[in-house]
Amino acid sequence: MSFWEITFYLAQGFGVTLLLFVLTLLFALPLGLVFAFGAMTKFKPLRWLTRGFVYIIRGTPLLLQLMIVVYLPGLAFNYPLPKWGIFGGNTDAAYFFGALVGFVINYACYFSEIYRGGIENIPRGQYEAGQVLGMTRSQVFFKVILKQVFKNVLAPISNEVVTLVKDTALARSISVLEIFFCAEQVLSREMIIWPLFYTGAFYLIFNSLLTFLFGKMEKRMARYR
Amino acid sequence: MSILEVNNICKSFGSTEVLRGISFSLEKGEVLAIIGSSGSGKTTLLRCLNFLETPDVGSITVNGETLINAADKSTLSESQIRRNRLHFGLVFQSFNLFPQYTVRQNVTLAPRLMLDEQVRAVKKESGRAQAQKFRAEREAEIYKHADELIERVGLTAKVDAYPCELSGGQQQRVAIARALAMTPDILCFDEPTSALDPELTGEVLAVIRGLKSSDSTMIVVTHEMEFARGVADRVIFMADGVIEEMGTPEEIFEHPKSPVLSAFLNKALDI
Repeated sequence: MSFWEITFYLAQGFGVTLLLFVLTLLFALPLGLVFAFGAMTKFKPLRWLTRGFVYIIRGTPLLLQLMIVVYLPGLAFNYPLPKWGIFGGNTDAAYFFGALVGFVINYACYFSEIYRGGIENIPRGQYEAGQVLGMTRSQVFFKVILKQVFKNVLAPISNEVVTLVKDTALARSISVLEIFFCAEQVLSREMIIWPLFYTGAFYLIFNSLLTFLFGKMEKRMARYR
Repeated sequence: MSILEVNNICKSFGSTEVLRGISFSLEKGEVLAIIGSSGSGKTTLLRCLNFLETPDVGSITVNGETLINAADKSTLSESQIRRNRLHFGLVFQSFNLFPQYTVRQNVTLAPRLMLDEQVRAVKKESGRAQAQKFRAEREAEIYKHADELIERVGLTAKVDAYPCELSGGQQQRVAIARALAMTPDILCFDEPTSALDPELTGEVLAVIRGLKSSDSTMIVVTHEMEFARGVADRVIFMADGVIEEMGTPEEIFEHPKSPVLSAFLNKALDI
């Protein structure tokens, strides 16, 4: 395989990486807020259930969670993964979906802790100021609190997002043909090792782009406090 | 008829009785100053008036309408409380401006949210076109009113500034404009100058003094004795959760009856 052939092959794998990355964020960011509410609710059973779940997810390896998502249904309930077909070169859609579920749950738990810290950091006076002006609870939350939370959590969230880009390589363990798996295949088929290191460039360039974007957002919000 | 009647308000936090039967009334256009040492219950009383705390016992009546009655649970529902709040405005000790909004946005936010709800109601009743027209008219009014209020507190040059770009005194003046934007019947101030540097208290007190008119009723919790004496029509001295003494500024400051008040005044005026 020539340099360009390998570049193209890896780029195809990086497409799967990006798809996993984008979909994970799309679902995990809002789900994390739901978990954060669950962890802060006054209804104790739900609060402890959510906190216990987050505790377990944060305390165990993502790699293990991915395996549980993919293999447990078949092993425990005799419900193996369905056949949904192939996409993006040679990735099994069902396995990709399994990986997505694992990533979304894992990252939602991390995000929820960040949100919780961000929400609890808002001084009580902000809620009270909204209330005495006659706002409803939801108006206070969405119009007064949330934007401040957003500013509070932007830095830690951006940190997690950059980590997620690299964590997607774990999907390789459950047969998702993302960029790292592609490079390994080149190694085993063609006995060429440098594509493995070449993948680093893809991750690095994409993360540079993300860092730049987050930097812009932070700057925009630096105008207030 | 009094604009405000407070009847036998009691409030405890755990086993600590903070308010032990507070009753007073206020006439329209009056300025009431509440003085007393820290921990005497002044702030809690103000928070009860603004429904940030629910009294355990007692009732609050505005313009003859009973807003809250601890004995009648139907007055304690959330939507009811929210509506009742609009009779009162509150200026906090620590300003509590919304940091992500400019001065103008801070002042207009609550009226605009209120308008959103009204527009929804109009849309339901008479259709989209009518609702749009209604919104355009009212929105212009809201912004005009806000700009007038901002001018009144002397911050026209800062309408587009963020709170973090303002001094404490300026922030507190914005907070006053923000409270006035909801046109409350009674405006409350919770130690409005206590968080300010001494050289900034003057501008805030001047604004409050300027608000005094025949149709603005105000309650000011304050440590500024000169201010209370000069602006208030009536003064309440609180000690240990009760109204120890109530009267005109002259009665309170020149002829205090109770020894607690005399001691308090000696200390406060000495500093």
